[in-house]
Amino acid sequence: MRIDAKGMHYRPLNKKIRDAVTAGEKEFELDNIGGQRYIGDGLNENVKITINGTPGNDLGAFMNGPRIIVNANAQDGIANTMNAGEIIVHGSVGDIIGYGMRGGKLYIKGDAGYRVGIHMKEYKKQIPVIITGGTAGDFFGEYMAGGIMILLGLNGKSPLVGDYVGTGMHGGVIYVRGKVDPYHLGKEVSCLELSEEDTRLIGSYLKEYCEYFGFDYNEVMGGKFTKLVPLSHRPYGNLYVY
Amino acid sequence: MESQLPAEFVVNVDHEKCRKCKRCVINCSFSAIEFKDKVTPNNRQCVACHRCATFCPENAITITENPLDYKDGYNWSPEIRKNILKQAESGGIILTGMGNPKPYPIYWDHMLLDACQVTNPSIDPLREPMELRTYLGAKPECLDFDGDVSLKTELAPQVKIDIPVVFAAMSYGAISLNAHKALAMAATRMGTLMNTGEGGLHEDIAQYSDRIIVQVASGRFGVTSKYLNSSALVEIKIGQGAKPGIGGHLPGEKVGEDISKTRMIPVGTDALSPAPHHDIYSIEDLSQLIYAIKEATDYKKPVSVKIAAVHNVAAIASGIVRAGADIVMIDGFRGGTGAAPMIIRDHVGIPIELALAAVDDRLRQEGIRNRASILVGGSIRQSADVVKAIALGADACVIGTASLIAMGCRVCQKCYTGNCAWGIATQKPELVRRLNPEVAADRLCNLLTAWGHEIQEVLGSLGINAIESLRGSRERLRGVGLNQETLDILGIKHAGIGQ
Repeated sequence: MRIDAKGMHYRPLNKKIRDAVTAGEKEFELDNIGGQRYIGDGLNENVKITINGTPGNDLGAFMNGPRIIVNANAQDGIANTMNAGEIIVHGSVGDIIGYGMRGGKLYIKGDAGYRVGIHMKEYKKQIPVIITGGTAGDFFGEYMAGGIMILLGLNGKSPLVGDYVGTGMHGGVIYVRGKVDPYHLGKEVSCLELSEEDTRLIGSYLKEYCEYFGFDYNEVMGGKFTKLVPLSHRPYGNLYVY
Repeated sequence: MESQLPAEFVVNVDHEKCRKCKRCVINCSFSAIEFKDKVTPNNRQCVACHRCATFCPENAITITENPLDYKDGYNWSPEIRKNILKQAESGGIILTGMGNPKPYPIYWDHMLLDACQVTNPSIDPLREPMELRTYLGAKPECLDFDGDVSLKTELAPQVKIDIPVVFAAMSYGAISLNAHKALAMAATRMGTLMNTGEGGLHEDIAQYSDRIIVQVASGRFGVTSKYLNSSALVEIKIGQGAKPGIGGHLPGEKVGEDISKTRMIPVGTDALSPAPHHDIYSIEDLSQLIYAIKEATDYKKPVSVKIAAVHNVAAIASGIVRAGADIVMIDGFRGGTGAAPMIIRDHVGIPIELALAAVDDRLRQEGIRNRASILVGGSIRQSADVVKAIALGADACVIGTASLIAMGCRVCQKCYTGNCAWGIATQKPELVRRLNPEVAADRLCNLLTAWGHEIQEVLGSLGINAIESLRGSRERLRGVGLNQETLDILGIKHAGIGQ
């Protein structure tokens, strides 16, 4: 189904998509998207949505299955509390990406704003993955409870990531292609070298990522990565007295 | 460090009556009773939960406060001195459970209801229909009709409750699955609602989802599109009366297999709910989440926003209504909790009576009161509190602690230890087993049935036959022992003043 969304409010647009999904439609191409919010919100079916234009906030919120391709930049709140599916952004994204995300993949070609992957979590086989091709702002992985985040810095900008990386982090893992100065890190994070297993793990995701965006896989993998993990799964366990 | 703290309570065993059946030893979940030739209390461990005394077949056990006197000092109360000792020994934040026990004024007890005499007859609820039913959700400003009878106005989703008392948000994790089952069964039987709190929806209670409020809090535990749609309505939790402005920590030791599944986090990890939702830093952001939920539920579920009663509550509530919420839930500073730092529980927030009056006033002044229902909680202790709250402007009340007491809670304030001897605030299988969900549901239904009858009695005496006719009717309230400023905030006259 092809929808020309020019001048359309998000409510009829999303209703049209929901109704078509219920009717069995599997593929959508949305043209002239300009800031419409909540595209893909709460959808449970494995449909494909191609977005031509810049979608609004909360793209793929509570989403559980669909594959969304954005052929432009995207805004704030992408993959908010997302459970499963895939979002591929051929551009940069705004703030609070992947808040409370519990599964699926979010691949960003360019930069990401502040508060990426806050309180991302995992459960058994559901492991969310966010890969950012450029740089990211402050509070990257704050309160992170699970999942994998990879930050590549391929555009050579500096600093790679803002302050308070992984503050309150108590699960999951962050891989950064390059060095993170200790003053950027939260108190609850430790810096490690990659093991062979780590390299294999990020390799499998990055292969797919490079194919999507046309990056040279060997060049990406050739960089020196840093691994960030929480010091404890219970960072505030000793704060209280009974 | 060796503790210098004296025991809070003394367990007295009458050894002449005691038959050494050891039932007390088995029942004590705080290790306060041992058996060494005879029943031997370990007073330091006793929390006065009454489990042993209740189950002693010989009535041989009594529990008294430790009569240890402290040198007089109004300023340096024994409690303050004990807290300092505790902190000097540990360096920790003092954690506590249940609601604020401090002697702040209780305004419910300074408000009295009107009744009909002679000129305006009262109604006998035993013989005449008396409606307690109410609808939660946004109401239209006016109704448009097509032709004669068909309604043109599109109505926002409504949830019908048969009694204006809803069970408060208490998560599976803070309380046991059996307690959750009991609340869900009772809510279904009584035509009211229970609230999952931020702990996800256990599959065993999913069958009651028409009567369940599902909560979305900052940790987003167990929140999926299926969860949002398995509900009567969805509540965004911003704050809680017992701990305004701070988050929640469910310690890893309580996250067993089942809780892990419901919250969708690995076994043994701390479930940390950050203080704010990090995607909500403004009313506009809140509106974004409200509509994200409405989109995910196809606009079929009312969305509630729960906040703690704080100084600026009226302006915040106005923002919440303008942000698109269908229900505003306000939790007063006496509201209960499974665990909160004592400093927050006892010193932060404002009384629900004043908050409710301020919010209702503000929404009326701005002409938006119809756009949201108001639910209030934070120590609703009896049906009289419910009636007074509705007369002040609430649509319905929320009860947490009262429902726990109905199930057997003795308000010992040790919920955070996970040792609840009554099987309520615990995840230990041997303790959870003690709470029979069927029996507990019966007790909850009995409580609501009793309150329902009491509310009907009061409505009858007020000469009205529907709870909705009482809402915001502050003329039916009078204050006693309140100063003018308080009366003005509550919007009521002092007793003795007629019309």
